[in-house]
Amino acid sequence: MGEIRLEKVHKAFGTTVVIPEIDLEIADNEFVVFVGPSGCGKSTLLRLIAGLEDTTSGRILIDGEDMTARAPAKRGLSMVFQSYALYPHMSVYNNIAFPLKMAGADKSVIEEKVRNAARILNLTDYLDRRPGQLSGGQRQRVAIGRAIVREPKAFLFDEPLSNLDAALRGAMRLEISELHHQLHTTMIYVTHDQIEAMTMADKIVVLNAGRIEQVGSPLELYRSPRNLFVAGFIGSPRMNFVQGPEAEKLGAATIGVRPEHLELSTGDGYWKGKVGVAEHLGSDTFLHVDVDGLGQVTARADGEIGLRHGETVFLTPIRERVHRFDDKGEAFS
Amino acid sequence: MARSIPTRTRLGFTLVGWLVGLLIFFPILWTVLTSFKSEGTAIATPPQFLFFQWTAENYAEVNSRSDYFKHFMNSVVISVGSTLLGLLIAIPAAWAMAFAPTKRTKDVLLWMLSTKMLPAVGVLVPIYLLFRDTGLLDTRIGLTAVLTMSNLPIIVWMLYTYFREIPGDILEAARMDGASLAKEIVYVLTPMAVPGIASTLLLNIILAWNEAFWTLNLTAAKAAPLTAFIASYSSPEGLFWAKLSAASTLAIAPILVLGWFSQRQLVRGLTFGAVK
Amino acid sequence: MATLQTRASARLMMTPAVVLLLLWMAVPLAMTLYFSMLRYNLLMPGMEEWAGFLNYRFFLTDPAFFAGLLNTLLLVGGVLAISVGGGILMALLLDQPFFGQGLVRLMVIAPFFVMPTVSALVWKNMLMHPVNGLFAWLARTFGLQPVDWFGQAPLFSIVMIVSWQWLPFATLILLTALQSLDSEQKEAAEMDGAGALSRFIYIVLPHMARAITVVVLIETIFLLSVFAEILVTTNGGPGVQTTTVTYLVYVQALLQFDVGGASAGGIVAVVLANIVAIFLVRLIGKNLD
Ligand SMILES: Nc1ncnc2c1ncn2[C@@H]1O[C@H](COP(=O)(O)OP(=O)(O)OP(=O)(O)O)[C@@H](O)[C@H]1O
Ligand SMILES: [Mg+2]
Repeated sequence: MGEIRLEKVHKAFGTTVVIPEIDLEIADNEFVVFVGPSGCGKSTLLRLIAGLEDTTSGRILIDGEDMTARAPAKRGLSMVFQSYALYPHMSVYNNIAFPLKMAGADKSVIEEKVRNAARILNLTDYLDRRPGQLSGGQRQRVAIGRAIVREPKAFLFDEPLSNLDAALRGAMRLEISELHHQLHTTMIYVTHDQIEAMTMADKIVVLNAGRIEQVGSPLELYRSPRNLFVAGFIGSPRMNFVQGPEAEKLGAATIGVRPEHLELSTGDGYWKGKVGVAEHLGSDTFLHVDVDGLGQVTARADGEIGLRHGETVFLTPIRERVHRFDDKGEAFS
Repeated sequence: MARSIPTRTRLGFTLVGWLVGLLIFFPILWTVLTSFKSEGTAIATPPQFLFFQWTAENYAEVNSRSDYFKHFMNSVVISVGSTLLGLLIAIPAAWAMAFAPTKRTKDVLLWMLSTKMLPAVGVLVPIYLLFRDTGLLDTRIGLTAVLTMSNLPIIVWMLYTYFREIPGDILEAARMDGASLAKEIVYVLTPMAVPGIASTLLLNIILAWNEAFWTLNLTAAKAAPLTAFIASYSSPEGLFWAKLSAASTLAIAPILVLGWFSQRQLVRGLTFGAVK
Repeated sequence: MATLQTRASARLMMTPAVVLLLLWMAVPLAMTLYFSMLRYNLLMPGMEEWAGFLNYRFFLTDPAFFAGLLNTLLLVGGVLAISVGGGILMALLLDQPFFGQGLVRLMVIAPFFVMPTVSALVWKNMLMHPVNGLFAWLARTFGLQPVDWFGQAPLFSIVMIVSWQWLPFATLILLTALQSLDSEQKEAAEMDGAGALSRFIYIVLPHMARAITVVVLIETIFLLSVFAEILVTTNGGPGVQTTTVTYLVYVQALLQFDVGGASAGGIVAVVLANIVAIFLVRLIGKNLD
């Protein structure tokens, strides 16, 4: 069980309002990702759920029970911190055992649960070490192990992978997803990494300045962003936005086309431009094209395309993949 | 990387450095040497530096005077007692200021600092009278209490600067893990802050051991620590150099060793974190 | 960054320290203030009466006070000059690489750990004694007339003893500051063609300025209360030649039992110290954020 509901949650630090008002439902066993630009209140929201901060007003319910005033430890949640927050003076074993000890569990129970968690996380060989003697990825696993043994109703992750290098991040991403399948527990995961959000989430919550811009599955957000902010935030490279006459032709204040939805041709097409920088990634090439009258437009092309700086290309948006936005930035179709 | 320094320059600095070092250290060295002389050798002209009849008789005599050990113990009890008491009061306060700061935290810290700057003579009269009227004059308890209060600001400050270097995340993790506040402080904060707490302890024992205003004014025969006891050598007895030296050596040796160990922390402690 | 609950516990945990310090500071200080307005002598119990500012008038117009103020300033100023000036030189010296550096460093800071009564007695009896002292012997060896230190230059003698105790403090702190100077800065200046002296004046000294200020302020606070050294060596004399404000208050309180007068003196001392403290608190406060 681990159904979490936020009702009219509002948070202000003194006079700075960080979260104006949020309503959100998270179903049991769901993997929810909070994304949003830096400073938008993701961590704050997570800490509100954890009980590390008080709500200024509003309610937080877990499994239907009002937990708003409950102490963090009494909410049945586990948290994995960005800095891992391991206890440096305790061995890995004691780190993982700590929540159980605090709960007054039996020695034998503790032993069994810690060994079990260590096995799942491949930490069995490191139980006697101190956190300082572990690699970043191993520390991350210890932090997760400490979260697992409590058998929480939900896991809270605050940018858990941001201190790892790219390769390790990829591997840990898979491990956490795998863990979610094994444990069948609700997970709330904060990140500002697009790829983590898209690949791991059942449901993404896009936050902006403490407000929810949109909630939906990764593909929903990708296919039909509700407004300019979500459209620009989800997808990499960013969606191209075009205003002015080109947009008016389609009856919109702004239109948006993702780089992968532009057809490329050296012969002819809808928009004509000159290739600026071409980023060759191997599998893909991202072309930054100066389109006459529109400015810079990014297009995705085949990885081995031979276009070079200064060459002329034509871009044609795929009509049914063009997003239209009104003058308030809201999407319509 | 640093460039290599010509050997001749290095030798020059070595010479000057040792000369100056020995000059500054000389009074201590002289005291220690004198403590091993007989009274006669001690005042001999010309002074005897190393080649004299070494003897431990002064130490034997100083120790056989029953009161020396008593005063030594007074020093131990008062300095260690006031430091431990101070830590007990200061650890929770420093926790609060480091991990749950409010707008007023800074003011409170500075106010605490300012109490340390209150000259002792400003409160000598009332403290003396209060002690006299409550029978605390010349008691270890009274002196311990006074030294606790007079060093409390330094203890709070030192701990605060050490605690601030501990990431708050870890304490929050402990809170999530179900640790009560007391357990959070005992099992997580304190072990992590051991180096800081140890150096605070050390520095404050040193300061309390050497404190020479309250100890001189509030004690007499019974509770006098070594500072006050040694002061009694100022009259005719001071002419017994060898014994004075032996008593002095015993009084400063333990603290000198502690001091040497804590020299780095001393800087932070005595400058309230302004120089690290 | 905390919940109401933690904030409430935080207040609770600060309470003992704050309340105790408040009591320690406010109550006696208020009493001193009150006593300073009384005619109150312990030898004449039951004769207390309101005196208004009379005690202050007596204290401030007492020639001993003026002498005490001057002696205090000379003592503080003298020790500061010697310890800070010497401390800078010592720090520069100890920052150079040489053999046995660590050991020399230990020797140099040692005097700071010697209790004031011990250092005063050792200096007075064994070093500065006009007949048997080591200095006297040295003087005679070089064919000079031995100096009667405490007879001819009592205040200077005390300045010397106290400086010996505080030079290590200044050295240690200035050395720490010196070693925190980024060596790349010095190297950059060297590349720019600055000689050793200009490097010292334009790079090293400004870097140490803060630490020097801190040393000056903290030493001043402690030096204003120098007591044991005077008590043990000269008892404030000869005459009032080595009586400082602190010592004067002690004499009035515990030797003359003049509670009223001593309290007035105590308040004057507090005011003097506060003038220094304000600067120090400002400086440290700035460093807090
Ligand atoms: N204790 C606090 N007091 C005042 N303002 C705060 C406090 N904690 C956070 N804020 C403010 O709240 C806003 C949201 O902070 P939060 O840490 O939740 O952002 P975030 O979305 O997690 O950002 P990031 O991606 O950089 O971690 C920020 O503008 C921050 O300055
Ligand atoms: Mg964050």
